Amino acid sequence: MSDAVSEARRWYASRISAMVLAVCVVVHLATIIYAVQGGLTAGEILGRTRGNLIFAGFYSVFVLACAVHVPVGVENIAREWFRFGPRAARALAWAVASVILVMGLRAVYGVTA
Amino acid sequence: MRRPGDFRARQHPAYWAFLAHRLSGLGLALFLPVHFWALGQALTGADALEDFLRATDQPLFKFAEWGLVVLLGLHMMGGVRLLLIEFGSGTGLRKNWIAGTAGVGVVAGLAFALALAR
Amino acid sequence: MDALLKVRVWRGARDGAFSLYDVPRQESQTVLDVVTHIQRHLEPTLSYRYACRVGMCGSCAMTVNGRPRWTCRTHVAKVADGDTLEIAPLANLPVIKDLATDMSEFFDKWARARGQFQGSATRHEPFATVSPESAERQAANAGIECIGCGVCYASCDVVEWRPEFLGPAALNRAWTLANDVRDVAQRERLRAVAGDVGCHACHTQGSCTERCPKQLQPTVSIAGLKRLAGRAAIRGKL
Repeated sequence: MSDAVSEARRWYASRISAMVLAVCVVVHLATIIYAVQGGLTAGEILGRTRGNLIFAGFYSVFVLACAVHVPVGVENIAREWFRFGPRAARALAWAVASVILVMGLRAVYGVTA
Repeated sequence: MRRPGDFRARQHPAYWAFLAHRLSGLGLALFLPVHFWALGQALTGADALEDFLRATDQPLFKFAEWGLVVLLGLHMMGGVRLLLIEFGSGTGLRKNWIAGTAGVGVVAGLAFALALAR
Repeated sequence: MDALLKVRVWRGARDGAFSLYDVPRQESQTVLDVVTHIQRHLEPTLSYRYACRVGMCGSCAMTVNGRPRWTCRTHVAKVADGDTLEIAPLANLPVIKDLATDMSEFFDKWARARGQFQGSATRHEPFATVSPESAERQAANAGIECIGCGVCYASCDVVEWRPEFLGPAALNRAWTLANDVRDVAQRERLRAVAGDVGCHACHTQGSCTERCPKQLQPTVSIAGLKRLAGRAAIRGKL
C-alpha cells in the first residue's frame, strides 16, 4: 500500500471518528454539567454507572473513537510543530493510540463493572 | 520571505480558528490519560476514587476542569465547522461557524460554572 | 497625505537586509509604482519582476507590510502603515535577488499534481458537450481563473512546515481537472494529490482563500480533493 493511500485512509479515519466524537461530546458535556451540580462523590458516580450497560457501551465507543482520532492530530503536531521525522511521528501516534485504548477501556471497566 | 515571529499574514479569523482547534486538541490529548487514570482508581474501590475526588476538590482543580470543558466545547464545534467545509456542499471558510464555535465555548463554560456553583 | 513615503525594501538573497528609501507620494499610486520609482531613480540595481501591470500575468506578487499581494493592483493608500511601507519577496520561495523569487518549484508542483489536461478525443471527433449548469462545470469554473501568482503558496503554513506539500495553487488546478468530464487521467491525478504531500496535509487555515487576489477558494478545492481521494482510498480505487 502506497503512502498516499495509507495517508488518505488516515485522514478518512480522523474525519469519521470526528463525526462519532461530535455526538459523544455533546452527550458527555450534558452529562458533566448535570452530574457536577452539588459536587461530585464517588458513591454518586458509581451508583449511576455500575452495572449500567448503556453507559458502558456509550463510553466504550467514545474511547474507541478517541483512540482513532487523537493519534492523527498528535502525529500532525509532532511533525509540523516539533520537527519529528515521519517515522518518529508515526511511532508516537501508535503509542498514543495504545495508551488511550488501554487506559480508556480500563477506566470504563473500572466505573461500570 | 517571512522572518520568524512575523504573524502579520496570519491575522484572520480562519487562522485563529485553526490555532484554537489545534491548541484545544493538544490540551485535551494531554488531559485524557490523566482523566482515564483518575477514573481507573475506581478499580481499586470506591474509596480510592473518593480520595481522588476530595484531593482535587479545590479552586485550582475546578478552574482547570472549567478550562477543559471550554476546550472540549471549542474543539467539538470547531471540528463540526471543518467537517462542513470538507464534506458539506457550499463554499467559503464558514466564518459564521467560527463565531458559533466561540459561542459554544462561552455557553459550555458558563453552563459548567453555573453547575459548579449550585 | 505626507509628501514622502518611507519604504523599506529587502536587498540581497536569503541573507540580506532592508534598505530605506524616501519615495514621493502620489495619488492612486500602486506599490509597483513605488518599487519602479526606487529602481529608476534611487537604486538602479534593484531586482524585481513584473509584466502586465494590470493583474493579468501574476508576476509581480511580493510581501507588502507582511502580507503577500499583487503589487500592481495594490494602492499604497490601502496598505501603507502611516507613511511607511515594507516590501519583501514572497515567502516559501527561494529568493534570487532582492524582490525576485525563484518560482520553478511552485510550477513544478503543478506538474507533479498532474495539472495537465489529458483527453482521449481527437480532432476528428465531435466536441464534448458539457452543460454550464452541471455540478462539475460549476466546480471547475469556481477555480479556473487562477493566474499562478503564488500569493496563496506564500501564505500557506503547510508549505512552510512540509516543503514537499504541493500547495494551494497546484491542488486548486488539480481540482478543476478532477471536474473535467473529458479528462481520462483521473485516477493517476487523485493518486498524485492524495496523502501528506497533497490535499490531506491541508489543515484549513484558510490563508490561501483569505489572500487570493482573485477571491478564489483553494481551501474549498482542496476539500473537494480530500473527499474524492479519501473515498477512493477507502474503496481500494486509489
